[in-house]
Amino acid sequence: MDELFRIPVGKWAETGLDWVIANLGAFFDGLKAFFAQFYNALDWVLSTPPFWAVIIVLAALAFWLKGWKLSLGTILGFLLIYGMNQWDNAMDSLALVLVASLVAVVISVPLGIASAKSTTVSNIVKPVMDFLQTMPAFVYLIPVLLLLGIGPVPGIVATIVFALAPGARFTELGIRSVDSEVVEAGQAFGASPMRILRQIQIPLAMPTIMAGINQIIMLSLSMVVIAGMVGAGGLGGAVYSALTGLNTPLGVESGLAVVVLAIFLDRITASLTHVKKHVSA
Amino acid sequence: MGTAAVIDASFDVKPGEIFVVMGLSGSGKSTLIRMLNGLWPMTSGSVHIGDVDISKISGKRLREVRQKSISMVFQHFALLPHRTVLENAAYALEIQGVDKKKRTELATAMLNTVGLTGWGDKYPGQLSGGMQQRVGLARALCSETDILLMDEAFSALDPLIRRDMQEQLASLQADLGKTIIFITHDLNEAMFLGDRIAVMRDGEIVQIGTPDEILTSPADEYVSSFVRDVDRTRVLTAGGVMQNPRAVVSISGGARAALLTMREQQTSGAFVIDRNRNFRGIVTDRDTQGLADRGGSDLTEILTRADDAISADTALNDLFGRAVESSTPLPVVDEQGRLVGAVARATLLAALGNVPSSTSSMGILTPGQTAGNDDGSQKPGIFTQDPSGEEGGTL
Repeated sequence: MDELFRIPVGKWAETGLDWVIANLGAFFDGLKAFFAQFYNALDWVLSTPPFWAVIIVLAALAFWLKGWKLSLGTILGFLLIYGMNQWDNAMDSLALVLVASLVAVVISVPLGIASAKSTTVSNIVKPVMDFLQTMPAFVYLIPVLLLLGIGPVPGIVATIVFALAPGARFTELGIRSVDSEVVEAGQAFGASPMRILRQIQIPLAMPTIMAGINQIIMLSLSMVVIAGMVGAGGLGGAVYSALTGLNTPLGVESGLAVVVLAIFLDRITASLTHVKKHVSA
Repeated sequence: MGTAAVIDASFDVKPGEIFVVMGLSGSGKSTLIRMLNGLWPMTSGSVHIGDVDISKISGKRLREVRQKSISMVFQHFALLPHRTVLENAAYALEIQGVDKKKRTELATAMLNTVGLTGWGDKYPGQLSGGMQQRVGLARALCSETDILLMDEAFSALDPLIRRDMQEQLASLQADLGKTIIFITHDLNEAMFLGDRIAVMRDGEIVQIGTPDEILTSPADEYVSSFVRDVDRTRVLTAGGVMQNPRAVVSISGGARAALLTMREQQTSGAFVIDRNRNFRGIVTDRDTQGLADRGGSDLTEILTRADDAISADTALNDLFGRAVESSTPLPVVDEQGRLVGAVARATLLAALGNVPSSTSSMGILTPGQTAGNDDGSQKPGIFTQDPSGEEGGTL
């Protein structure tokens, strides 16, 4: 290696991270406490009731949003999870996915709206999102571990960072592709920008925004498994220990449980995308 | 800086008129109309609505102007697909802050006006294009602004529906008297709707004038190439093509005076008017001669076709049928019923072919055989009473 051309980007990053740890420790402690509370509350809600009660609620949700087929599939799928003895892991992972997705949506959708409204914001947000999405997911685990230690919280934070991009992208795309004439109609009748956003742009962009939220949830789920490496527990933890122990039965069972969760979450959020059918012009 | 979309476009629009801006795509007409309500900012120049220069105000004030003074109808309707027809029609009122009960009431009434009674609960996606644009029109009219901008409002519609909508707009306008600025690329539409027309090309206004002026004296080669294809029968009016009636006699003048006039003008009939120049009917030379021979003098005895007068703003389109049925030129009267001109069949044809027909050689009452050399068998004079008379006329 030619030492003259060695650019010590890694060193700089480490220095920066050290500075952050030294100076923003309090902030990250607060963040950790917040996410821990959030996660524990949701996990309590999902894990405390008997498994059949949770299955009934999820099946009812599926029936209401989509129909009896998805409802039946939900019952069978979650019974399989229970039968494979992955129920507790699955509920932990579900709680983690929901917390991470919710926070990612809360951050990325407004970011997408801001990008749609301002080209300057868009020009800044876009490369950042490219960076976040293409950086290998494992790399996030390093700073997150250093800042937040081991447990579900670093898993959640790494998942959020990884899942942000589609939310912001789809939201920006959705709002930018709202028929400009309809937006002009709002302006022409004297509506304020906020009203146009609320009554015209967001409703018309909703299918695209929902597709973005669907992507957030799916990315979260894939990240949750990786987060198992940093002690996030749940199905990710099971997969990771199956991998390290070359435990085929556990690997298959925890893997299947992830698949069931993924299909359930995907179908549920996809049905939200198509909720308003009369929108077709 | 790119190329200016609109340069050097100055015009005034009078209250209550339909001002049409006509041009092909890319001529800058859409840009122009969007500057009128400040949707797109202008780099220089100004737009005044009454006393307000909307190029100088911004934000909140501009929104107030849009709510109160100026509304808009869009080419692709621009309805909110997630709201019902009624909610769409009431949208401008909602923005103005009118309470729900009142705006529902007003919007329902306006939907009735545009012919959408009972459709309020549907969604725009369930309506045909023509009906959607009626909703767009209802929404704009509901806001009760004096000025209405219409951006290619009927261009996306089928030709038949378009014709319908044009006629409906014209009749609505007769009641409402809005100031309408109408953008179109269709000259027929421009001619039909416009009180005045501005023809645009490459961002400049080439000519401003009444449909008649544009048609009869196009400012340049560009405009005249445009008007070549226009359906003149919908544009030209009886008032535009009529000529002075040649043989006009007073009802109080008596039979002898009428005969003298007809002979001097070499016509076989005459229009009869009273002291106020009101049209009373037509007399033929034969009837008048007969009356005179009997020693009578009162023309009212032999008056015919007293109800045949047409008004000056009738489109030529509506005259053909009557011209065919009538063996005489059609008398044209003004609003007070006074005789102002006459339209003969030859005049109609000349107008269609854009042949100057103003020369005096084309008389209103065609010189026919005078009563004196009437041989009965050959009588091309327009006032023949026999059924075959319609073969004669002005031809």
